[in-house]
Amino acid sequence: MFWNLPFIAVATLSLIGLATVVTKKNLIKIFLGINIFEAAVNLFLISLGYREGGIAPIFTSAPSTDMVMATPQALTLTSIVIGVATSALLLSFAVIIWKKYGTIDTDQIRRLRE
Amino acid sequence: MRMSKLVRTGADLLYPFALIFGLYIILHGHLTPGGGFQGGAVVATGAAIVIVAWAYEDVAGMIRKVTMKAQESAGLLLFIGTAALALGLGYAFFTNVLANSGSLFGLSVPFGPNPGELNTAGVIPIMNIAVGIEVWGGLTVILLYLLSGLNKKEEGS
Amino acid sequence: MNGFLMTNAPALLIMLPLIGAFATPFIGRVSPRVRSAWVLLIMTLTTLTALLLASDVFLNGTQIYVFGAANPDLAIPLDSGGIPIRIIFTVDAMSALMQVIGAITGFAVLLYSISADRIHSGLESFYTLFLLMIAGIMGMVSTGDLFNFFVFLEILSISSAGLIAYRIDGGLAVEAALKYFILSTIGAMVILIGIGIYYGEYNALNIAMIASRMQFTLLDQIALVLIIAALAMKCGSVPMHFWTPDAYSMAPSSITAMLVVASQASLYGLFRVVFTLYNVTLNAMTVGWIIIILGVLSMVVGVTMAIPQKNVKRLMAYHAISQTGYMLLGVGVGLAVLGNQPLMESFGYIAMEGGIFHIINHAMYKGLLFLTAGAIFFRIGTYNLNKMGGLGHSMKYTMIFFIIGALAIAGIPPFNGFASKLMIYESVFAFNPVLAVIAMVVSILTLASFVKVFHSIFMGPKLPEYETVQEAPVPMLIGMGVLAAIVILFGLFPQPVVDGLIAPAAHALADQSGYIAAVLGGA
Repeated sequence: MFWNLPFIAVATLSLIGLATVVTKKNLIKIFLGINIFEAAVNLFLISLGYREGGIAPIFTSAPSTDMVMATPQALTLTSIVIGVATSALLLSFAVIIWKKYGTIDTDQIRRLRE
Repeated sequence: MRMSKLVRTGADLLYPFALIFGLYIILHGHLTPGGGFQGGAVVATGAAIVIVAWAYEDVAGMIRKVTMKAQESAGLLLFIGTAALALGLGYAFFTNVLANSGSLFGLSVPFGPNPGELNTAGVIPIMNIAVGIEVWGGLTVILLYLLSGLNKKEEGS
Repeated sequence: MNGFLMTNAPALLIMLPLIGAFATPFIGRVSPRVRSAWVLLIMTLTTLTALLLASDVFLNGTQIYVFGAANPDLAIPLDSGGIPIRIIFTVDAMSALMQVIGAITGFAVLLYSISADRIHSGLESFYTLFLLMIAGIMGMVSTGDLFNFFVFLEILSISSAGLIAYRIDGGLAVEAALKYFILSTIGAMVILIGIGIYYGEYNALNIAMIASRMQFTLLDQIALVLIIAALAMKCGSVPMHFWTPDAYSMAPSSITAMLVVASQASLYGLFRVVFTLYNVTLNAMTVGWIIIILGVLSMVVGVTMAIPQKNVKRLMAYHAISQTGYMLLGVGVGLAVLGNQPLMESFGYIAMEGGIFHIINHAMYKGLLFLTAGAIFFRIGTYNLNKMGGLGHSMKYTMIFFIIGALAIAGIPPFNGFASKLMIYESVFAFNPVLAVIAMVVSILTLASFVKVFHSIFMGPKLPEYETVQEAPVPMLIGMGVLAAIVILFGLFPQPVVDGLIAPAAHALADQSGYIAAVLGGA
């Protein structure tokens, strides 16, 4: 049970993030929900790399040579960068919508209808 | 809206330290944790401190959008040019042609745990520098555009 | 020189659009004409590379390209113990077909866009994002590595979200792009969870490596459900289709034609995961029926929602959802009989060929229809069907292109829609007659809907406010003409196309062991 704790945290954070996206009305809170979901996925990728007794794969002043593979860290880094680009684009959309519509409440941003 | 004199002075003093620390992270990416994106984000945070402390109109003359956009494109072109260099030399795309070769970053890596030698790893530090320049330019451009977009209020219809 | 191009073609296919995209801000500062010439040059080179690579793959079999090795064929390094550790581009016949579709559509759309989008401002960002979209599509369909697929998927969705919101339109286009982008981001994160599950189980990211180690455990079933749901959302099938009408109608028309190709690249991703990653290890009948149900729902909901629309681009977007249903139906029938070799020989391969042929046909005629709608908007400034009328007098070439597109989408011979739909009808009837009847009814409703649209745009007396309307400019007509020529050509001679292009693609898709052997067993 204890060793599954990262995965339980991943599931909890994903549910919190998805619940925020689905239920909240303010556009910025929806973006924060997306950010929480991305953080959960990054935590999932990192926790896949755990090997018992391994150290970080850095040769500079390393205490031993039992190293984990560097692949999950590269995947997580790429995912973080994509998350930054996504957040930047979403926030600039929010700025434009606030300037044109005067509100960022999703109940009023509904001009595209049937 | 300008912040108080305390904040402005603090930001002015902190900016060079953030710059040096970020450049250190970019340059030592192949030896210690860090690399292009992380170092570029730290340098952009330094620029963000200055932009937030001073009013946007004061900063817009010094940190210009055009310069930062050109810096971003230059970083990207350096990155893809370094990757295409291997194609021109006859190997596959993205091959590390400078590693263990004796030229620019080409010393051989000493085996086993060691204090780290900067002159190694070939093409990787060059790509780190390219990505660092690009991320610095890109994140600063995002900040400048978001701030300038908010400053001009418009009527919602 | 020829040998250099042949070996390095997969790398050139993403390198050229990326160099073009990154250099466009500098070159665009000289003058707009130089920028248009630069973008057109890059797109022409990319199209030629895609056609060269396709000819090589169809003659010589699956090609691989290893990034970062001393020799592009060195898939398994000598000291790695039999594991391919680098990123490998695996181009088999299905990937080559998708590359050709993307390249030809991109070329035609770029010819159209050079004159249609001249009135906008900020054009260096437009062409930069356009070339990044092309790079994303080419990378998505060529790669043999799951995480690389995710990265190119994100490149594609970020640049298309930026392009959809390009003409701000008082905020409407930004609202459409916002809906598209939020759904797209959540879908991409779900795909990343699936990829993480595969990495955690099999300690590999290469598609051929995971396919050779695949056992169908509970975690694999969870990953399959997540990836099918997310990729079906990206290609616009019901019940996740709500972003499609808004995004397709608010984007500039050239971008809408490219969005169709982008949705089909996601459809390719779905087929690649189901056929090459799993193949016969999964329960083919169950998963096949799930994809068939998705296809039937898309067909029916798409065409019934299209009938009452007044905005011509929204109507065409709902028809795009409906046609995606045809592709899912055809390939789903092929999946349902996978592993059962006699049934595959009798109608399974024909169903898959019908679905895959429909992908290329749909890109051609749907792109043509969206470009004609854009040409009409360029001249009269509205998309509302109630305000249009009598344009057949002044826009004759546009009317002819619209007739070609409308007859092709309804499945009338001798255009290409008929050829692929006939293959789908025959094979689906042999599987289950009810599905074929539903498909034919949807086709009749599509024809009815387009007769209505044609009548209200082009027929009738000339309206007084459209007295001065002229024909569309020549570069736009040339772009539309390229797509129309392919529509007619594939309709008149479908058999050589099916034998030469589509059948190898269908066989390569269903053949998992050939894919694995090309990466692991051979070079």
